[in-house]
Amino acid sequence: MTTIILAILIGGAFGIALDRVGATNPDLIIGMLRLSRLHLMKTILLAIGFASILLLGGILAGIADPGNLSVKGAHLGVLLGGILLGVGFAVAGYCPGTGLAAGATGRKDAMFFVLGGLSGAAAFMASYSWVKSTGILTKLFGGKTTLGAISGTDYPALLSSIPGEWLGIAMGLALVGIAVALPDSLRGHSRIPEAAGKEMGS
Amino acid sequence: MILDGILWDIVDPQVVVESPEAKSGFASPNAYLNKSGGKYAKSVANPVNYSFVFVLAIIAGATLSALMRGGVGRAQRVMPDIWRANLGDSPLKRYLAAFIAGFIVLYGARLAGGCTSGHMMSGVMQTAISGYIFTAGAFLAGIPTAILLFNKEG
Repeated sequence: MTTIILAILIGGAFGIALDRVGATNPDLIIGMLRLSRLHLMKTILLAIGFASILLLGGILAGIADPGNLSVKGAHLGVLLGGILLGVGFAVAGYCPGTGLAAGATGRKDAMFFVLGGLSGAAAFMASYSWVKSTGILTKLFGGKTTLGAISGTDYPALLSSIPGEWLGIAMGLALVGIAVALPDSLRGHSRIPEAAGKEMGS
Repeated sequence: MILDGILWDIVDPQVVVESPEAKSGFASPNAYLNKSGGKYAKSVANPVNYSFVFVLAIIAGATLSALMRGGVGRAQRVMPDIWRANLGDSPLKRYLAAFIAGFIVLYGARLAGGCTSGHMMSGVMQTAISGYIFTAGAFLAGIPTAILLFNKEG
């Protein structure tokens, strides 16, 4: 029951945050990918960097339980899947989570995106045996590997001699630094995105 | 994913069966639902679990947020401005493209074993190698696609 309440609270907060930062707006996602409106890129880098510092700092301080880490496996399918996702992300301006949230805000194209997504997931389910037989799901870099060794976990490390907690905090600081240093735009004129509430006029 | 399984389970009750031999207590003739000791098969049989409720909560949270800021404009609800500026204002074309893009995105996410949230956000914050690989793939493909497709600023 506690986990269900947590799912409602964290999922609800995630949905609100996605919409408030503008991640449900495909103009901002496409603008980020064509490098003309980097606001969302800065937001995401800041979020990941800050979370990384909190998470690994928390583990170092003994506040966070390293058993809660969940590292996914590395294989060629991760790269190929990332490429496929990147193409669709650019065409639609949605990724799986933001598409769902955008559909909930009333965007009709996002609802078609979600329907296509359900079909795509079903197609993967149906083709899983074949995909597996091609060998692209064979693990790379030791599978569920992290940059440095994080104590209290069994995950293999790429750089096993460096403490993973400190490496993670350093990466987090670097991401926050990039988020702050990135300009609002790398090409074209940068338009300040309309405040979310003013979208009615567009 | 799990939503798909539930829909499939309604159409074909044979898709998930209780199995005392499987680690999760559930099994499926589908190789994907049956992997990891029937972990996904169990989720289909018991939909009120963390992931599924999380998805419903995202929908509720985004709906609430949109209502609080006055909703999304009528034209924006059909397609983004940048699409209209570059590819015309046919809703049918946009909906078809969004459907196909959704198919590719979710097929890719399942193949990768995660998406922007699981690999890029959760993965990179834990310094997971898979997160860096996924992020590289997504942006190396996404940036040129967006630049080629949406030449005008919109």
